[in-house]
Amino acid sequence: MAGALLEINGLTKRFGGFLALNQVSIAVKPGERFGLIGPNGSGKTTLINCVSGSLPVDGGRITFEGRDITAMPAHRRTRLGIVRSFQIPKPFTSMTVLANLGIPLENAAHGRGADGADAMQILETIGLANKAHLRPAGLTQIEMRKLELARAMAARPKLLISDEAMAGLSSAEVDDILAILFRLNEQGITIIMIEHIMRAVMRFSERIVVLDAGERIAEGTPDEIVRNPAVEKAYLGE
Amino acid sequence: MGRTVPALLVGLAVVAAGMVLVLVRVNPYFYFAGYVILQYVVIATAWNILGGYGGYVNFGTPAFFALGAYTAVVLIRSLKAPLPVLIVAGGLVAALLGLGIGYLTLRLRGVFFSIATLALSVVLQTIIMNWEYVGGSRGLSILRPSGPPFGNYGVFLFTVMLGLAVVAVLMARFIERSWIGRGLAALRDNEEAAECMGVPTLRLKLFATTVSGFLLGVAGAPFPYYVTFIEPNSAFALDYAVNALAMPMIGGTTSWIGPVIGAVLLGTAQQVAIVTISSELNLLLVGVVLVGFVVVAPEGILGLVRRLRTR
Amino acid sequence: MFSWDLLANAVVAGLLLGGFYAAVSLGISLIFGLLDIANIAQPAFVIVGSYAAYVLHDAYGFDPILTGILLTPVFYLLGALVYRIYYASFERRGDEALRGLVFFFGLLFIIEVSLSMKYGVDYRLVQTGYLSRSIEFGGVGIAFRYLVPCVIGVAMTAVLYLFLGRTFYGRAIMAVSQDQAALRLMGADPIHIKTIAFGIGIAAASLAGALLISIAPVIPSTDRDYIGRMFAITVLGGMGSIAGTLLAAVILGVVESLMATFFGPSWSLAVSFGILLAALAVRPAGLFGR
Repeated sequence: MAGALLEINGLTKRFGGFLALNQVSIAVKPGERFGLIGPNGSGKTTLINCVSGSLPVDGGRITFEGRDITAMPAHRRTRLGIVRSFQIPKPFTSMTVLANLGIPLENAAHGRGADGADAMQILETIGLANKAHLRPAGLTQIEMRKLELARAMAARPKLLISDEAMAGLSSAEVDDILAILFRLNEQGITIIMIEHIMRAVMRFSERIVVLDAGERIAEGTPDEIVRNPAVEKAYLGE
Repeated sequence: MGRTVPALLVGLAVVAAGMVLVLVRVNPYFYFAGYVILQYVVIATAWNILGGYGGYVNFGTPAFFALGAYTAVVLIRSLKAPLPVLIVAGGLVAALLGLGIGYLTLRLRGVFFSIATLALSVVLQTIIMNWEYVGGSRGLSILRPSGPPFGNYGVFLFTVMLGLAVVAVLMARFIERSWIGRGLAALRDNEEAAECMGVPTLRLKLFATTVSGFLLGVAGAPFPYYVTFIEPNSAFALDYAVNALAMPMIGGTTSWIGPVIGAVLLGTAQQVAIVTISSELNLLLVGVVLVGFVVVAPEGILGLVRRLRTR
Repeated sequence: MFSWDLLANAVVAGLLLGGFYAAVSLGISLIFGLLDIANIAQPAFVIVGSYAAYVLHDAYGFDPILTGILLTPVFYLLGALVYRIYYASFERRGDEALRGLVFFFGLLFIIEVSLSMKYGVDYRLVQTGYLSRSIEFGGVGIAFRYLVPCVIGVAMTAVLYLFLGRTFYGRAIMAVSQDQAALRLMGADPIHIKTIAFGIGIAAASLAGALLISIAPVIPSTDRDYIGRMFAITVLGGMGSIAGTLLAAVILGVVESLMATFFGPSWSLAVSFGILLAALAVRPAGLFGR
């Protein structure tokens, strides 16, 4: 696709004998709100790990802003602007919440216009300002999720990949997170959302790709996806 | 950076105090014991840069220390090189060893680095024992150069080690307060998250291994002059392996102060104990203290102090 | 100075040594390869087994290999105890990476120094009548001193292999290394299973120690010689594959034997260290793999 921000071509990933991703191709437009869904074990997180650089690929190509990043180490991809949050929060436990944001600010966002004041701003936006000087051990579940997101924001992403940030949250908390993501998108950040909470994905995404058993089985607008029989089969019929 | 100048001044003051001590007539045994304790300050600080800051445990401290010592032996025998050259060379060779081992194992899980360092000491000791030029297993006599700049040579070495200790601590403090130190802490807490937040984890790990190795080699370089008879069993002594772990663990691994506290406390205790109990019992006690601390008080004295403060 | 005779002898000696090395490594293959517990104190337990065999032989004339086998229940209990302490202090708190490792090092250290204090640094060796004999086979001399430990090593490998594949607890141990949640659903407690596995690993170590002191003289610091060998074999053998452990042990034995025959015995440790590094370099599973 011309002008795509992120382009994945024929991505393949194996774990021993198990084929986790099979020739997956996806293109994400700049500024887009992109949804990635699929049943458990379909390969969504594996795909994210390959895009972020945590896992090496066994075949295919990943291009970001026209650059081939397939062999690039994860920390360099982050510096280009590809940032992901973790499904199970991975905070830096020995530091305060504020210092947790300091790490992406001085590494991922290095030289891209960031300073100390920004960390508090981000915490205020996300509602964690009053916990700035606490260690992560003292946070609740949803606060940990918000910290994950805040940390990702501190990395000044061009592309933010949110990996099931809303799992297990209440309805109000889901809306909370959704509002933050909408606001980030308005600022120009392209967002890939991986979620199981359907109403969130449907409301948020402009375009959705569906994965099942490591393969791309459908793509389209939320309305198209909902009406797609192959998607129904993947989720319900086994 | 505003705190660095005062820190340097404190460092210089410490060295100056050491030299003043020299002028005062103190029991010569003090200098021998003091040298060992200061040597441990360097060793503990060096270990902690990789182990405490980065979370990668080096069990092969004797290998790096002895490499510094034997590099000095080679340079003494071949070129009669002056002490500063010995120190820098010893540090650089040990740094290269650190870089090499790091490069080979740091892309894997941390435990493999640790296992490799454990096996390293044995292998290096075997190589040295078979190398006649440096004395092999029989050892080599080392003649101290004539005319130290001041005092007698023992006192001079004490002051040199004091200077090295100050340098090591200042380096550790500088690293700890820089983006490198913060990056190391992040990768120690969660390496995958750190990498995904832009921290160049492999580069930082290699940096820490190299600097740590450098300082360990530096600690070992004056050793031949200190003992005047160098042989593998004392250069590769088990004492270094266990103390390098125990001292930071007891003092506290998250800050430069911890290794200093641990080295002074444990080092002094051992120097006092050595006159009353056997060296083996002494080692055994250190081992027991190490295990005790790791089970009961893993954050060391610093951690206990911190917890008392926030009551 | 090369001759086919020398080569043949070296290879045969290496094969026999390999069988023994398998015995030495089975424990860590189980504990580190399968359970992922970096028990670097394992070689110390081997040496404890050696000294136990020595003491009982010295005092009562017991056959070392018999002693080794009879003492396995004792060492099994010791292993179970050590694991429980490790679990309570570290695994449960998620602290095993740094602190657990240091704990095992402390254990290794304490054991070695204690043995040194009790028995001094004299080399100890156990010699019995039947072990001093040797037989000729196709022009190559085979000493019983090497043959018996090799046979026992292979037997231990076979027993462990069958145990892991065919019994409930064995398969539970295999399962615990892959999926603890599924194991709980099966009604087995992962901690209980790991305790059993650790106990078996230490028992295997002690038996290997009894074999060791029949082959070669032992002092407390001999444990350091086996650190590199154990882990090289475990990594090369594929981390938890029992059959792989035997194969890797034999490879290491043969390479060491060849190096010793043609270049001198002081290089054996460098061989295991080199194989360890090479195996680590080639391992496909990087930082985020297994």
